[in-house]
Amino acid sequence: MDNVQIMTGNTAAAIAAKLCNIQVVAAYPITPQTSLTETLSQFIESGELKAEYVRVESEHSALTVCISASTVGARVFTSTSSHGLLYMHEQLHWAAGSRLPIVMCCVNRGVGAPWSIFNDQQDSVAQRDTGWIQIYCRDNQEILDSVIQAYRIAEEVYAPVMVCYDGFVLSHTMMPVSIPDQKAVNSFLPPYKPHTVLSVENPYNINPVIFPWLRENAEGIICDGYMEMRYKLQKALDCAREVIVAAGKKYAKIIGRNYEEMLWHYKTDDAEIILTGMGSIATEATAAVDQLRKEGVKAGVAGIRVFRPFPVNDVRKAFSKAQTIIVLEKDISYGYEGALCSDIKAALYGTGINVPVHNFIAGLGGRDVKVREIFEAVQQSLQEIAAGKESNKTIWLNCRK
Amino acid sequence: MKNRDKNISAMSTPAIAEGGKTGDWRDMRPVVDQKKCIPSVKGKAACYLCWLYCPEGVVKAAIPVKIDLDYCKGCGICAEECPAQAITMIKEVDDNG
Repeated sequence: MDNVQIMTGNTAAAIAAKLCNIQVVAAYPITPQTSLTETLSQFIESGELKAEYVRVESEHSALTVCISASTVGARVFTSTSSHGLLYMHEQLHWAAGSRLPIVMCCVNRGVGAPWSIFNDQQDSVAQRDTGWIQIYCRDNQEILDSVIQAYRIAEEVYAPVMVCYDGFVLSHTMMPVSIPDQKAVNSFLPPYKPHTVLSVENPYNINPVIFPWLRENAEGIICDGYMEMRYKLQKALDCAREVIVAAGKKYAKIIGRNYEEMLWHYKTDDAEIILTGMGSIATEATAAVDQLRKEGVKAGVAGIRVFRPFPVNDVRKAFSKAQTIIVLEKDISYGYEGALCSDIKAALYGTGINVPVHNFIAGLGGRDVKVREIFEAVQQSLQEIAAGKESNKTIWLNCRK
Repeated sequence: MKNRDKNISAMSTPAIAEGGKTGDWRDMRPVVDQKKCIPSVKGKAACYLCWLYCPEGVVKAAIPVKIDLDYCKGCGICAEECPAQAITMIKEVDDNG
């Protein structure tokens, strides 16, 4: 029987990490992530979770501890938000370059200046190019399910995974969440087999200086140069799509909820207007779609679940019949447009899909995104497009100009 | 065709020649004049300041003193420290010395 409990997104993430039998946690509290690490620390303190909680003085150190623990073969977890994630930036590259299957929750929050503790996705989107797999969650159930799947993906691809979910909107909002049985999680998630274990018996120098060219070592083996290392990481993330889909299918089989697609779909079968986005804003868009359909607009939502590796072919398929694309996002690449919008346009380039793309920048720094606002803005966009005005446009939603 | 490293992250083992023969970085080479070098002159283990100061550990404290040119990078510290001024740094003529 399903064990359904009412809980916040942060509790769901903590329970998921516990179900994965994590062995080391190193995290530094930051709003809105704090209650996640507090819950984990309670699990460890009470003996419910047999793991080491390493208290650190900063996020940079938190991820460094995770990197070290993962290198000696432990399954590790960390989490952060906003400035904490930015402070980790250097170590994000080290984790990916060392090919360590670290799982981290990024509880999305806006970035200063000026200070904001509220939600947007500028923090994790700004870390797009660090070599981490990024998964975005729609609701608290997805947070729990994504963390569990993240370990399987990470440990197969040997790349770190960031599970991103919206601060407060999900992290502090109570929803019913079905908790899988420990035995089911154990059978879904095999034990972690490190690609290399640093040990006294088998001493290695991990991540020495790598020269631009190939190197012959003392045993006469040709070792990679820097570019070969980077190429291997790129190939790993290219191949990660299959691993992610396979993990989603296996999760469906063992646990019962289906995650076999890189994108999720809502009323897209006959949709002419397709809305897209990552995380809770895309959930909000489904409600706007319902309203649009009442007005006779054939709209649907294709939500991006995995942002890196970018699901190029899935995006092409999802938008193949669209006549208009609306990209809603809580981030902005200053001087251009939303990062997701650029990626979607790039994926469609040369495919013959050449339809108007309107980019809604919304909810920055926690500004509420209401269903009615999306509904009205889409209608406005459709009118402008019908009137032959700018086909591609960035629109700041609900922002006084 | 030599074996390619199968590791997916960069690593090296603590071993001689792990980083290749690094002596080819050298611009100047140390030459020991055994007529001045104290252990050679006295015929017994003595001085060895070159061995003590060498940052690369390529000087062998023997009679006569030997410098491993496969790894010596030509820093010249041995020549600077030698109390008998037995070591001279001379310019390498070709690429590999």
